Amino acid sequence: MAKGQKTTKRTQSFWTNFVLILICVIWMVPVIGVLITSFRPSEDIFKTGWWTVFPHKEDIEIDRVVLPEDVDVNGPITYGGKTAMFEEWQRGIELDDGTKATWYGNKRTRTLVISQNQWVGFATKLTLENYKDVLTGKTITYKDAQGNTITRVGNNLGGAFLNSLAVSIPGTIIPILIAAFAAFGFAWLEFPGRNIFFTIIVALLVVPLQIALVPILQDYVSLGLNGTFLGIWLAHTGFGLPLATYLLFNYISTLPRELLESAYIDGASNFTIFTNLILPLSVPALASFAIFQFLWLWNDYLVALVFLGEKNQTVTIAVARLVGEKGQDWHLMTAAAFVSMILPLIVFLALQRYFVRGLMAGSVKG
Amino acid sequence: MNLAQANTPSPNNNNLFAKIVNWFGSTLGKILVSILVPAVTFIVLWQGYLFLTEANAPQIFQVIVAIVWGVGGVALLYLVTDWLVMKLPAKAARTLQPFVFVGPAIAVMGWFLAIPVVRSLIASFRNALGTQWVGLDNYVYAFTNPRMLETFRNNALWMVFGTSFSVGLGLLIAFLADRTKAEVVYKSIIFTPMAISFVGAGVIWKFVYTYKGTGVGIQEIGLLNAIVSALGGTPQPWLNIAPWNNFFLIVIMIWLQTGYAMVILSSAIKGVPAELLEAARIDGATETRVFFNIIIPYIKGTLLTVTTTIVIFSLKTFDIVRVMTGGNYGTNVIANEFYLQSFTYNDAGKASAIAIVLLLLVTPVIVNNIRSFNEQRKGF
Repeated sequence: MAKGQKTTKRTQSFWTNFVLILICVIWMVPVIGVLITSFRPSEDIFKTGWWTVFPHKEDIEIDRVVLPEDVDVNGPITYGGKTAMFEEWQRGIELDDGTKATWYGNKRTRTLVISQNQWVGFATKLTLENYKDVLTGKTITYKDAQGNTITRVGNNLGGAFLNSLAVSIPGTIIPILIAAFAAFGFAWLEFPGRNIFFTIIVALLVVPLQIALVPILQDYVSLGLNGTFLGIWLAHTGFGLPLATYLLFNYISTLPRELLESAYIDGASNFTIFTNLILPLSVPALASFAIFQFLWLWNDYLVALVFLGEKNQTVTIAVARLVGEKGQDWHLMTAAAFVSMILPLIVFLALQRYFVRGLMAGSVKG
Repeated sequence: MNLAQANTPSPNNNNLFAKIVNWFGSTLGKILVSILVPAVTFIVLWQGYLFLTEANAPQIFQVIVAIVWGVGGVALLYLVTDWLVMKLPAKAARTLQPFVFVGPAIAVMGWFLAIPVVRSLIASFRNALGTQWVGLDNYVYAFTNPRMLETFRNNALWMVFGTSFSVGLGLLIAFLADRTKAEVVYKSIIFTPMAISFVGAGVIWKFVYTYKGTGVGIQEIGLLNAIVSALGGTPQPWLNIAPWNNFFLIVIMIWLQTGYAMVILSSAIKGVPAELLEAARIDGATETRVFFNIIIPYIKGTLLTVTTTIVIFSLKTFDIVRVMTGGNYGTNVIANEFYLQSFTYNDAGKASAIAIVLLLLVTPVIVNNIRSFNEQRKGF
């Protein structure tokens, strides 16, 4: 009986791990594909799938044969003991010696490519060229699927990266500062309308920001704020404040009352108490929200698109434009996607614990 | 704070420094300083603003100035306002000071969220340019136009399938991972897409779905089509096949949101008392029964919160659709139609009506949030 139970347990554990590994593989493969692709030379990307960088069997060209002029390409064609029509040759025909003959290009080439199915090891032709090309705003050249050289202006993701920093860092700190002041006010100071105002903040937590885009854009156009960093900081502050205030209020209102009272008795002003006592004590809550807000700003597309547009473009806008304009340039798109992902991934993996805490506290927000 | 200290009269007046300090203490000085300090603050901030809007300095330098100016400016504004308020007579200062703390937040939220609700509501009854009243025309469009009906259908698909798969998978993974040794590894892998932007996720999945077209000697470079061809099928332009393309987009949402559901639900599952589970197992309950009869009822509240959050997310979905299909091929959603109406067709009336529809859709959640907040804090 005991032994049977043990076996059941083991089978259960096996299946549990099996299912989880399967799900994790499905989760990771798309990202791995993009990561590998971003390091492959552009010509290779257009020709073969990214999985061909792993050892596999492939038809390798070993010879090229040009048929003599007197062969009628419109009738049956004979080569290597096989006779077939052009279309069949085009698809490739297995010859008796184990090699494969495939017609190259159109009828006029009269060329057959002879290839052999061989094992191919790990691809070693990897490059950083795609990253260089996508980061620069200068002219770049690369080869397309047919080997033609293409010249065009780079997408300047390097500049976009800096812009994203200029949007995200103040866009994270400013609302936190304002929210911390407000949370302290709501938690510890008495003033008329306190209840009403806070109820409105709770209501604003899930208001879709689409509601604000048209009116605020009108204001920005008349104030000349459209396309400026100040404009987008203000917008992100406005949209982030309800959650920030709510989270920080929940935290600050639970700080021990005696601590503040003794500070008041010592004659400290509200401002001193806030800067010297509340802010240092609230660091965990501030950090949680900061990571939350930073990731949200870095990854934001809609707000940046509306208020910044192509002037001062952020990485998300640059990547989205690249997808829109050059929808088949996978060597650029994959590298760009990784450039846009690298910073949030580092922040996220390094500070996951804080992020999760913020997530739990903020799960009322949409 | 340093400036405020200058007001305390110095005990020995015989040096020049003390005289200056004393002068600052006089009423005239107080008034002058009260004007001067905000004026200087304003000029500094204004110069920074001009620099940022007009300068042609190297980008990295501009960015650093922008960061210092933005963050420092806000801190400075608080400092100066508080200092000014403290200059007032004690009673006035006490009444006004709370507003120094909460005022900016209320003002910004009012400008960016509360007042826009009213402005959008008004705009939704006016024409495209906002010059004339059009009654309910925009709402008639919003609720009857075939374009809008398509977006409602698609958002319903996102809501039903996106939410149920995200929550279901998240719950499954949380439950299974809880009983393995490599729990942290599994959870990190599933959770990591949360750090990726929807635009980045769009690129990743567009590459999975990519289609090269049919022809001789063409090797598919998209994973899905490669798998389909390897299994003997015909490659398809997946994102162009309505209505199934909606599901290919919803997969991306599931990929992004499952991690969120998993993390929250995982901590809820860990909160189920061990004795409860032990007792059930001793009574001979199978793992399936433990899951459905003990764990699920125990985490019901969390399950509801997670579901609500993801439902709201699915209603507001925009970036994925925008990047993947632009809303073409029958994949349009409400938020994308809003974007098209306001920024492509420049129809502020219709756009506002659509925004109000979005607001109406989340209203039950708003009401519920307020209700539960008031219950939590009776003595607020």
